[in-house]
Amino acid sequence: MSGKPILHYFDGRGRMEPIRWLLAAAGVEFEEKFMKTREDLQKLRNDGDLMFQQVPMVEIDGMKLVQTGAILSYIASKYNLYGKDMKERALIDMYTEGIADLNEIVLIYPFLPSEKKEASLSNIKDKARNRYFPAFEKVLKSHGQDYLVGNKLSKADVYLVVILYHVEELDSGIMANFPLLKALRTRVSNLPTVKKFLEPGGKRKPFEDEKCVKIVKNIFQLN
Amino acid sequence: MSGKPILHYFDGRGRMEPIRWLLAAAGVEFEEKFMKTREDLQKLRNDGDLMFQQVPLVEIDGMKLVQTKAIMNYIAMKYNLYGKDMKERALIDMYSEGVADLNDMVISYPYLPPAEKEASLANLKDKARNRYFPAFEKVLKSHGQDYLVGNKLSKADVSLVQVIYHTEELDSSVMANFPLLKALRTRVSNLPTVKKFLQPGSKRKPSEDEKRIEEIKKIFS
Repeated sequence: MSGKPILHYFDGRGRMEPIRWLLAAAGVEFEEKFMKTREDLQKLRNDGDLMFQQVPMVEIDGMKLVQTGAILSYIASKYNLYGKDMKERALIDMYTEGIADLNEIVLIYPFLPSEKKEASLSNIKDKARNRYFPAFEKVLKSHGQDYLVGNKLSKADVYLVVILYHVEELDSGIMANFPLLKALRTRVSNLPTVKKFLEPGGKRKPFEDEKCVKIVKNIFQLN
Repeated sequence: MSGKPILHYFDGRGRMEPIRWLLAAAGVEFEEKFMKTREDLQKLRNDGDLMFQQVPLVEIDGMKLVQTKAIMNYIAMKYNLYGKDMKERALIDMYSEGVADLNDMVISYPYLPPAEKEASLANLKDKARNRYFPAFEKVLKSHGQDYLVGNKLSKADVSLVQVIYHTEELDSSVMANFPLLKALRTRVSNLPTVKKFLQPGSKRKPSEDEKRIEEIKKIFS
């Protein structure tokens, strides 16, 4: 188990951002190798490093792991961010999967053609305000504890906080309706490991700007 | 931990079928409550049973679990279909998620408008033949063992076998180039619990016919 994990992706949030956050929250330093051109992706494919020809890919503990959920689960297991037993894991997984569903529409937004953006933004706001955020506010209200499951930080809390920040960028007033989520976000953001990650110079990625979008569309041949 | 798991879904494959397969492979009997109308879905929502207003929902061990992957992981843990340690779990998860990506294409196919079906089927065949099945054939070839991970049945094997059957229904010659996958399918299908599930009268669901598809669309419209 030598060396830091190596993250293979483009220099942007995409599907890798929750992984960066989780490693950071666990206090794990990592390296990044950014794809800049289609040839960079082709090289990873030709070298046989991508089981399904896709990124994210994380080299960790002698494995070349792909599939975001698998990577998050391994990191959570290794660094005790996965609850204390099978039932807590089930809740953590259920919450994580809900967050991931919302993240699907959030992460793709910067890459949509301009004529599709308005409808998508409406959908994101509706789902966040009426389906996902209320569900998690209800969980926190139900037990009054500091974290979603078992009174202990887990991958579900970290991933939820990522989404809270990213949705707020698109819907600035949203957090006003969710006081317990706001408190969770503050609490998690103030953990020493996360605080460091959020400071300038940390590996957190900004919202994808036009330059980044262009590079990504070129790598993946998106229209 | 009393009573059988209860599966809430429509009477069809959809996103519940991998869960039925996994419970069956584990030898676990379960009950099913089928939604037939939009009102049935509304009732589940109004009763507060669906965390994100969606099915599948599985009532198991006092929990009302939603999200297919969370349900699969819990069943796999409980019935020892999740490897022996963290690293085996990582491989099992990686394989399962690849299978799930292919299964998403298979699940959605019956519900597509006719104009979209041809292109979608071509994409599905291409991904199965050129991306997913070669990846798993390679895994089996690399270690020569009977199962994908740790020489022991896991949720990855069960899910893969399910998607192999369902893909073959849409692409009848797809298995021609994958002898090790064929052998895995035979091996898993012959396990007593799976064999029983594959026989008539079991809870395995057939592919959705047109009438069923129209009913299902009405539930979720």
